[in-house]
Amino acid sequence: MNWLLDPFITNTFLLRALVAGILVSISCGIVGTFIVLRGLAFIGDALAHGVLPGIAVALLLGIPGIIGAAAGALVMIGGISLITHRTRLSSDTAIGLLFVGMLALGVVIVSRSTSFTGDIVRVLFGEILGINNQAILIQIVATLMIAGTSIVCTRPFLLLCFSPEQAQVSGFSSCLYHGIMLAMIALAVIVSFQTVGTLLVFGMLLAPAGAGALLARRIEAMMAWAAFIGSLSVFIGLLTSYYFNLAAGSAIVLAATVLFFIVMASKNIQFARTQQTHKLDRSG
Amino acid sequence: MLLISDAIKAEDLEIGYPNEAVVSKISFTLPKGHMLALVGVNGSGKSTLLKTLVGLLKPLHGKLVVLGLDPGKSPRQIAYLSQFHQSSFILPLRVMDVVRMGRFAKHGLLGRMNDEDEVLVIQSMHRMGISDLAGKPLSSLSGGQQQRAYLAQALASRADLLILDEPSAGLDAGGREIYQQAIKEELERGASGVVATHDIQEAMASDQAMLLARKVSAVGRGEDIITPQALLETFGIVIAIKGDHPGITVIEGEHGKDMEN
Repeated sequence: MNWLLDPFITNTFLLRALVAGILVSISCGIVGTFIVLRGLAFIGDALAHGVLPGIAVALLLGIPGIIGAAAGALVMIGGISLITHRTRLSSDTAIGLLFVGMLALGVVIVSRSTSFTGDIVRVLFGEILGINNQAILIQIVATLMIAGTSIVCTRPFLLLCFSPEQAQVSGFSSCLYHGIMLAMIALAVIVSFQTVGTLLVFGMLLAPAGAGALLARRIEAMMAWAAFIGSLSVFIGLLTSYYFNLAAGSAIVLAATVLFFIVMASKNIQFARTQQTHKLDRSG
Repeated sequence: MLLISDAIKAEDLEIGYPNEAVVSKISFTLPKGHMLALVGVNGSGKSTLLKTLVGLLKPLHGKLVVLGLDPGKSPRQIAYLSQFHQSSFILPLRVMDVVRMGRFAKHGLLGRMNDEDEVLVIQSMHRMGISDLAGKPLSSLSGGQQQRAYLAQALASRADLLILDEPSAGLDAGGREIYQQAIKEELERGASGVVATHDIQEAMASDQAMLLARKVSAVGRGEDIITPQALLETFGIVIAIKGDHPGITVIEGEHGKDMEN
């Protein structure tokens, strides 16, 4: 068993990466559950990519990237809201437009700087092995905020997943709580970009929650499964990255995707066996 | 003047969407403890009126008072069953979780659910005949069973006003009987109701009925206004059956869809 734990015991940077990754898994597991249940994958993807220009500007100005990411997310949500409220266009169109526009803006900003290449790779794919204690502290605060909000807003969030109209009629403003949900997704994306990067954070939002949806019978259980599968992905990803010298962030997201397909296959096998048993019961 | 005994009062009401009026000149009073059935083809304005009553849509013109307040201002007193529910195939919810949601409006964001709530949830499932499905995932149920769960949710809210959009859709004969009995009990305890329905017999048995065809064709006592002539105006084609088993069959002219006997 030493080969499983030794890397984390003997390398502090790897232990820090594991802690940061588990925190990302918890926050992404919670918000990913709502993304999967409410069909918000497109806006999740758009937020994950749309924060890029904010981070790029922050890096140019020498201020923390997390502040730039927050500004980028605010512009995204504000822009989507403006288009959907001021025109008859669907939110899909608004999200797509802002998504591409913000991504293009990010690339334009990056292309103006000659010393940016290394930084932008770090932004896109994260730098989990270089994570410091301050970043972990920020991740802890964000995870507590996300978990706390989802506990306080359990009822309106459940109703939103069930039917936004039902939420509104029950006295919970569907607009307000949808906004809070988007803010939670944005927060998860913003604080996770240092760990797995803006490109890969989307995988951590979707793959573990998708697997959780296949396994759970209750929303709380789905979140728990998502957090567990995400954490397992972090563990597997870091280990393979350590032993085979792979890019850590990508190895984590790849592990999450593989785990999703393993869960899907096992559920399909289980379903086929149940069907076969029923068939045998009927014929016997 | 709105009397305390009125559940709903509408005067010269116009309903619809910001750039599209759907029905105009709607005037009616629904006394407490009474049932109003809305009848009409698809797209006639039934759901639009229900959404206006619960505050999902704003009235475009006229006056509307629901339980003494503006629409949408009394969520604790209103139960709403919409026609469509999203993602029921993926939502990891058990039947009892869905029914329990009917108590959320009463307790708001953080109010604690108590034993009384649990009793109401259990009773509501029992009344809709789904007690044995309480622990089952919603996604594993048939359409009719899911509809019973949604109806149980509405019953669990113990509301003063039930707003139900095609509540008997998807129910089998047994389910319809159970639903009708539950509605009868709700009216007996003093609740009022507005139901959009394609069930002509249900509409005829209601205290009031309104025939809609993007205008109010008729409004009054169910058995008084639901005549072959009125239905002909509303739906286009009507077949009146005489003899030992009299009844009225409606065929929607617009959609060519058979309706209720």
